Amino acid sequence: MPVVGTGLAREWRRRSVQARLVIWLGWLVGVAIFAWCWREMSGKTIWMFVLDGPEQAADLLERMVPPRWSYMDSLWRPLWDTMNIATLGTLMALIIAVPVAFCAASNTTPSRLLVRPLALFVIVSSRSINSLIWALMLVAIIGPGVFAGVIAIGLRSVGFCAKLLYEAIEEIDESQVEAVTATGAGRVQVLDYAIVPQIMPALAGIAVFRWDINIRESTVLGLVGAGGIGIQLDASIANLAWTQVSMILLAILATVLVSEWVSAKVRHAMI
Amino acid sequence: MSTAARTWRKPPLIADPRLRWGLLIGALVYLVLALASIDVNWARVLDGIPRGQRFLSGFFPPDFTTRWGAIAEGLLESVWMTVTATVVGVLISIPVGLGAARNLAPLPVYLGCRAVVALARTFPEVILAIFFVKVFGFGPFAGFLALSLATVGFYAKLLAEDIEDMDPGQAEAVRATGSSWWQWLNYAVQPQVMPRMIGLALYRLDINFRESAVVGIVGGGGIGATLLTAFDRYEYETAAAILIFIIAVVMVLEYGSSWLRRKVQ
Repeated sequence: MPVVGTGLAREWRRRSVQARLVIWLGWLVGVAIFAWCWREMSGKTIWMFVLDGPEQAADLLERMVPPRWSYMDSLWRPLWDTMNIATLGTLMALIIAVPVAFCAASNTTPSRLLVRPLALFVIVSSRSINSLIWALMLVAIIGPGVFAGVIAIGLRSVGFCAKLLYEAIEEIDESQVEAVTATGAGRVQVLDYAIVPQIMPALAGIAVFRWDINIRESTVLGLVGAGGIGIQLDASIANLAWTQVSMILLAILATVLVSEWVSAKVRHAMI
Repeated sequence: MSTAARTWRKPPLIADPRLRWGLLIGALVYLVLALASIDVNWARVLDGIPRGQRFLSGFFPPDFTTRWGAIAEGLLESVWMTVTATVVGVLISIPVGLGAARNLAPLPVYLGCRAVVALARTFPEVILAIFFVKVFGFGPFAGFLALSLATVGFYAKLLAEDIEDMDPGQAEAVRATGSSWWQWLNYAVQPQVMPRMIGLALYRLDINFRESAVVGIVGGGGIGATLLTAFDRYEYETAAAILIFIIAVVMVLEYGSSWLRRKVQ
């Protein structure tokens, strides 16, 4: 904590002059970047449409109420599909993620030079591509339908699950591993008796957490043809059937709230 | 009983046997029902394998040059959207987050702000983008609004939780000096939540870039629009180039933001 001045004029400052200068420069650069981005973006915008926005929004809202409640009858099947996409996708992700995580964790990887970077690359590329883009690719390759959705969600979740899992593996208590090794256990037995029991709670927590996210993501996969309630949403928007759209949105809202409640309950029960 | 016959078994994850078997059987029944309702068209899947190979071969080598103009424009648009949406989203989140912290705000304000957060969080960015495109027209502005709203849902919630978890001792000490509400906020609350909040803002920047690739699919501008066009034209080499760019930018952002976070904390 620097003190400026001498004698009675001494004054306490939180930061030294240099630190303040660095912070000030950081702010300057940040604000400049923001201003540039804002200017470029607004240059790309047709402001006439934007100014018209509130009116359009009011009009849209008027067309959306009241929701067409009877449409719910034909939404049960898509909702079931949506749930299946999320659940089976999470399952698939976990099956792939467990070996990947063991390869990526620095204390269990078979080879630090070769296997670990490869596993980390799998994790990064799976994480950086959104499930909707995975779905877009898979629909082009294996055709539209729930199957493409399941695989898209699965591929997207591998990175997420494997990343959290390998961090959990790296944080395990090594003394337990040592104790089991001291009994003369083989590699597989060490895995089974010393490592797996320690990461099981983390694995269950990750699974439920990702499932909750996947429910949310699988509601929109239908926009590119990968099954679930998104197909109905896309069709209703294309037909300008706004009362159906609001019904679908309510159904999505309810599903998301239920899944959030379930995952909170399960996680609470485990911790 | 002789000690030699006793063996030790690992304790199961779920202690109650009824719950354990019930869950297992329930899961199996669900799995059978779910797998039965998928009905995969295997002929179509087999049909797709050569197409998949063609797509994969697009990565060797990817085509950066043919549509370079469109790729550069899409990427820049994505960056603009990401930066503006993160900054505006965080700025809006601060009052909302303060209002949604139970130890700061009175009950009516708290409920109102929590409702805003819940609403912004429920719908995925893409659905928000669909509506903003309808209302405000095509282009990056709609994507910017969708990302900003999603940022508010994410950031305000975490800010509120962080404020609720803060150390009350420091807050009380500053209040005991006779500070006004603003001074109290500035000297007791802000220093406690600031380091984590800067980290979360950087993390959200990262998420927003990833999502900006998606809002383009529904007309919200950015690299997603370029990607969709590439797919629609079956230009897999260009699509591969775009995907490589997205992965590269995300990696740079991730490492950059974790480096900055370590510096700040």
